[in-house]
Amino acid sequence: MGVCGVLLLRHLLRRILAFNLMGSGAFLVLVGLAQRDDIANPVPQAMVLTGIVVAVAATALALALARRYHHLSGRSSLPEGGDD
Amino acid sequence: MIDPASALGLSEILLALLVALPLAWAVLAFALGPGRSGWVAVPGLALQLSIALQLAATAIDTGTAIHHQVGGWGAPLGIDLRGDGLALAMVLLTQVVALPLALYARLFYLGRGEEEAYFWPLTGLLVAGLNGLFLSADLFNIYVTLELVGLAAVGLVAAGGKAPQLSAAINYLFATLLGSMAYLLGVALIHGAYGTVSIATLTPLVTAQAPLAVWLAGLLMLVGLMIKTALFPFHGWLPPAHGGAPAPVSALLSALVIKGTFYLVLRLWTGPFAAIAPVVEWLPAALGSGAILWGSWRALRATRIKMLIAYSTVAQLGYLFLIFPLLEGAGAIEAGVMQAWAHGLAKAGMFAAAGVLIRATGQDLIGGLAGVVGRMPITLFAFGLAGVSLMGLPPSSGFLAKWLLIEAALIQEQWHLVAVVLSGGLLAALYVFKVIRQAFLAPPEDVHLAPVPRNLEWLALALSAASILLGLRGVELMALLVTGEVG
Repeated sequence: MGVCGVLLLRHLLRRILAFNLMGSGAFLVLVGLAQRDDIANPVPQAMVLTGIVVAVAATALALALARRYHHLSGRSSLPEGGDD
Repeated sequence: MIDPASALGLSEILLALLVALPLAWAVLAFALGPGRSGWVAVPGLALQLSIALQLAATAIDTGTAIHHQVGGWGAPLGIDLRGDGLALAMVLLTQVVALPLALYARLFYLGRGEEEAYFWPLTGLLVAGLNGLFLSADLFNIYVTLELVGLAAVGLVAAGGKAPQLSAAINYLFATLLGSMAYLLGVALIHGAYGTVSIATLTPLVTAQAPLAVWLAGLLMLVGLMIKTALFPFHGWLPPAHGGAPAPVSALLSALVIKGTFYLVLRLWTGPFAAIAPVVEWLPAALGSGAILWGSWRALRATRIKMLIAYSTVAQLGYLFLIFPLLEGAGAIEAGVMQAWAHGLAKAGMFAAAGVLIRATGQDLIGGLAGVVGRMPITLFAFGLAGVSLMGLPPSSGFLAKWLLIEAALIQEQWHLVAVVLSGGLLAALYVFKVIRQAFLAPPEDVHLAPVPRNLEWLALALSAASILLGLRGVELMALLVTGEVG
């Protein structure tokens, strides 16, 4: 669902949210798959923690860019298609 | 005579320094602010280049890969660095391209404080990320460095830009995030299946037994990395981002950043996924052929000079992916790395030359270049030399790369690949001559060229000339490649 969101939505904020949804999905898979036996495995949790930090940084950058773009162009969605 | 053991001990520290140094000067550059930060970055890069050379020499001498566990923590919690021939060759390329570009950027940004303020710290992060990416020994650290490279690159595209640059940067950001998330999901599946993410331990495991999840993981990682490499048909984000950024940034992105993800595909393909990869080997080759033809066609149609070069990057990337069906035979990796070097140096030189031309003529239409040849022969010579390497005329390194590629294809009787390589070279010749022809036309009367620092022109020439000269000195690079292939 997150992937579809990033690909299809035009509004920038929604796309950023969709990206976070996608990230959470990947993190859940990572932790969930490693949790088959009862003992908690610290390695994937450390990985997910790192991943979350990266995702937060990426989200912050995306938000900053989106805000500046809105400020400069007065729009909150990207134009369709590129120019050459 | 140095004791081999102590030489290796020293190399381990140098390996870690390759990642730590650019981070250090990135922070320093941020603290010092524009103007002075270049004085930190250039010596830092020069030091890195000498370290990379030293490591490459050690690797050739000893014939083994160099390992280092950062801070004494082993896998799985610690960070393992591993420098074998392939990794060191790419690290060397990074420093060789980054150093002249840093000198170029110092001159380019003179008097443009705000843009420069962002450039140096982000470049430091980018180089640190790339070095880390090439040297990482496990899949998850590679994910982290991928994100570091991606975010720094997006920042570079956006820095100081106007709305079109920002929109290109946002598109680039989403493409790169989508790519890394696909990659991370692949890592998650692999970790779920095997409980490890170290490349060295994974290889025998996948060869022994590959459940469906691993196939899915491999496919996800491949697609994710292809998005980030901007392989046709995922190339949509590349031309606006590379074409819109300032010249030093375009050169860095085009010459280095996309090579990072290509290196990863190659590393995974020949490492962990070697057992299951041959089933889909036609896929990268087909997409690569598509990239060569479509990218060259769009480059021919482009009206703005940097767009032309950016589409040429899309085309040249295609060659890199042509090697994948050939990997079972000899010479394919050499061809790929040679092409990465040739394209890295030539494209950096070309973007640098284009930056000078744009600065001088004040606009970036190819049509506006008329009469440039009489006024700026050095820059145009640089552009032409880079073009020669892209076309693959002897004795350039581009020729050597395409020669190795065609030779490998002929030995394995993959005739269609030979046809694609040859036609790609012809198309490259067409779009390079499109620019050069325009430059030789008689200038309009009222032409006015802004003065450009002479050293900018010489640096562009140096990069292009390096791309040609590498063709004569390819043997050392090949010797480096074969070290540490086993173990």
